[in-house]
Amino acid sequence: MSVKLSTRQVGDVTVMDVAGRITLGEGSSTLRDALRGLVGKNQKKILLNLGEVSYIDSSGIGELVSGFTTVTNSGGNLKLLNLNKRVKDLLQITKLYTVFDVHEDEAGAIRSFV
Amino acid sequence: MRENARHGPETVERFLDSTLESVDNAEELAVGVAKRAGFEEEDLMRIAMAVRESMVNAVVHGNRYNANKKVRLAVVNNLERFTVRIADEGEGFEYQEVPDPLAPENLMRTSGRGLFLIRSFMDEFRIRRIEPGGTEVTLVKYVVSK
Repeated sequence: MSVKLSTRQVGDVTVMDVAGRITLGEGSSTLRDALRGLVGKNQKKILLNLGEVSYIDSSGIGELVSGFTTVTNSGGNLKLLNLNKRVKDLLQITKLYTVFDVHEDEAGAIRSFV
Repeated sequence: MRENARHGPETVERFLDSTLESVDNAEELAVGVAKRAGFEEEDLMRIAMAVRESMVNAVVHGNRYNANKKVRLAVVNNLERFTVRIADEGEGFEYQEVPDPLAPENLMRTSGRGLFLIRSFMDEFRIRRIEPGGTEVTLVKYVVSK
């Protein structure tokens, strides 16, 4: 299964639920386009729910970094929610875990946006 | 912990097109051999990712999707070592010049983590230029029986 994205609004926070594989090709480009689309619509508070992500490769990690930079440069905040062990391990060994604001609880993550 | 190796020695070789579909196929093939070698979930994930990253390097950076160039894949389980060799027909690159993705100045780069992940996930990693042109990487995971 490639990546599947759906967005929902919780207050002024846009939650993007991501499922499937974020790998080179369709998966990473779909995520990139979706995040740029949100920034284009002036969404400033974006919570990326990665709970159903089954696989992420270095290209997918690159897209997370790219998305983070794009949203930050537009004056917004991108945060991560529900990392499974695989994704968490990858972010830790690449030293990116502390770069992202990572949450395990959606309500808490929503509240953390200023 | 790994299970005892359930199968005998195994060697699989393929010549693959320079496509992303080949990346998926190589990963699936290597994981199949690794499963039969007795590796469990955590190591299977690491092997899968190392093979995927190596194949992406071969297809995208080595052969540059060139339909006239092939990627040679060999997967070997000799009951002691699980070895994957992936060779492209590209122009090659200077391994020593690949930036360290963990360096603070590189941390926010959107690419350049593939080789680091391969090294992190395998017990051995070697890279060499091959004649008349191309790069071959060798990935090794030790097969440990209980």
